[in-house]
Amino acid sequence: MKNFSLFFAVLTLAVVVGCGGGSSSAKIGLNVELTGEMPAVGASAKNAAEMFVNEVNKAGGLEVAGKKLPLTLVIGDNAAKADQAAAVAQRLISQDNVIAMIGPDASACAIPASEIAESLKCPMISPWSTNPKTTVDATSGKPKQYVFRACFIDTFQARVLAKFVLNNLNARTAAVLYDVASEAPNGQANLFKETFEESGGSVVAFETYTTGDRDFSAQLTKIKAANPEVIFLPAYYNDVPLIAQQARRLGIDAQLVGSDAWSSPEIIKLGGADINDSYFCNHYSTEIATPVAQKFVSDYKAKYGMAPDDVAALTYDAFGLLAQAIKEAGKLERQAIRDALAKIQKYEGVTGTMQFAGSGDPIKSAVILQIKDGQFAWVANAQP
Amino acid sequence: MTYFAQQAINAIQLGSIYALIALGYSMVYGVLTMINFAHGDIFMVGAFFCLLLASVVSLPFPVTLVIVMLATGMLGALIERFAYRPLRKAPRVSAIITALGCGLVIANTTLSLSPYAQPMPALFASTSYHFGGLTISSLQILIISVAVVLMTGLDFLIRKTSYGIAMRAISFDAATVPLMGVPVNRIISMTFFIGAGLGGAAGMLYGLAYPVIAASMGILVGWKAFVAAVIGGIGSIRGAVLGGFLLGAVEVMAVAFLPSTYRDLISYSLLLVILIFKPYGLLGRPPNQKV
Repeated sequence: MKNFSLFFAVLTLAVVVGCGGGSSSAKIGLNVELTGEMPAVGASAKNAAEMFVNEVNKAGGLEVAGKKLPLTLVIGDNAAKADQAAAVAQRLISQDNVIAMIGPDASACAIPASEIAESLKCPMISPWSTNPKTTVDATSGKPKQYVFRACFIDTFQARVLAKFVLNNLNARTAAVLYDVASEAPNGQANLFKETFEESGGSVVAFETYTTGDRDFSAQLTKIKAANPEVIFLPAYYNDVPLIAQQARRLGIDAQLVGSDAWSSPEIIKLGGADINDSYFCNHYSTEIATPVAQKFVSDYKAKYGMAPDDVAALTYDAFGLLAQAIKEAGKLERQAIRDALAKIQKYEGVTGTMQFAGSGDPIKSAVILQIKDGQFAWVANAQP
Repeated sequence: MTYFAQQAINAIQLGSIYALIALGYSMVYGVLTMINFAHGDIFMVGAFFCLLLASVVSLPFPVTLVIVMLATGMLGALIERFAYRPLRKAPRVSAIITALGCGLVIANTTLSLSPYAQPMPALFASTSYHFGGLTISSLQILIISVAVVLMTGLDFLIRKTSYGIAMRAISFDAATVPLMGVPVNRIISMTFFIGAGLGGAAGMLYGLAYPVIAASMGILVGWKAFVAAVIGGIGSIRGAVLGGFLLGAVEVMAVAFLPSTYRDLISYSLLLVILIFKPYGLLGRPPNQKV
């Protein structure tokens, strides 16, 4: 019994101390996919976030109205599930009282979380969610007021990929295979089909599967019968290796092309020879890095012993955008930070130059990469 | 025609894996009228045992298969001994919740040991054979034949050996059989051992066929195999096999001839229709009425 009361005394003290820190530090929430279907995404986001916060705090903190404030990170795991992403958003915003939320990364999680952020009027920046719906209000069709992202959107990505397949690969026929139950791949597949057909190509097979499937033989046999020159796979890094391997085993030798969902280095580890020579659209390339990006890449490598993937770079940029907005707002207030974010004219990030103009979608460029002998090799740039 | 034949091969491969897992659900239900919801996770562990073994020593395929089956079989028997047996007299729902809990413990232990999806090493070099437009790989032939051999072996075991007779007797009348001197606990342990061993073998074959394995892979496949067992008639061994192949065929053929988006809708609606006409499954029989 005595131990119990001691325990409660310590607990109460911890809570009091925790609350007391309120105004002397800037609390930022991180809502990411640490467990579940894509743990590599969550790990990269967490690494980059911790690196950014450490860098700022080592320099004494973030300058807000002449005072240097340290940053505190509150991390929530959404398990790559839509309902959990919404619950984590709710907890971070109303209970932990963060001034802004970074994440979630997968569109399936970012869309429900964005609804919570919008209704509670808390700024949110998704580093990696490319689905247009994340920043657009579904009922009015107008941009959401409090939701931003650090990446390009899928309508742009679809245009880049359609052009690349038609002009650079000189292919006129394509098949598409995608996860119908996952928001980003679903959107990317449909937008690609639309733009590819508008630009003169034809989609000869348009097939789907469901999250968690590992057998794609039926769909691939169908695709084989349609004999496309290119197969577009807007799928996450854990599905692509299985699809590629089953396609090759069935004797399909069509060129594989993917979206930015491919960008984790895990895809190389899992995919091996079957995904060699495939192309995909990405947010940046370490080969054409600006000085800002070079510094980030070398710092990240020194700290974590591996090259940063897209998610890491975009998370770092999301924090950078937020830090700049806080500085410009001059106070730790959600509304002021949101207004400052919406007005950012030029931000030099790791993944390129960004600008917000009237919506939460930044204006920025994309790159095409190729998987070549276990590396992501730069192929082309695409401007907005 | 080649298109249909190719899809049929796909269906048989998928079906043989569903059937192997469905057997585990059906056997356990047969002796205990309990649904072992940890079975899908035992299936997943089978794939991880194989990965673990292959990363330590390089053994030929049959040896690896036997070790994996023994290891998962032991796991199944241990779960029965320590989690289910103490609850055998408790209400059915407690046992089912315990089974779900065991499954979660297994899945999350694996997740904490291996948070990332892992590539499965190929235990042998698979070659593809082409007949006209038809492609079949030696791996597919191996998976289908191993599954068929295991299922035939089990059928023999249950029909012809004293263990099998005892098991069928327990499933027929669990109250009287102990009075005849049958060691019920040993038979039940054995049933879990065999069921989990088959599930582990299915996990290993599945991992070889789809060589990216993750701690979450048991959930979806486990549920599908459970559905297969129910369709075939849960408690019936041949029913589980039939249900497994039927589910594989329906899933593949729905994609083959209809838009793939409707696959799950079509296949599960069809299975529901079967249950309307055969509520105890295709080969199941109504429970004995005890007077």
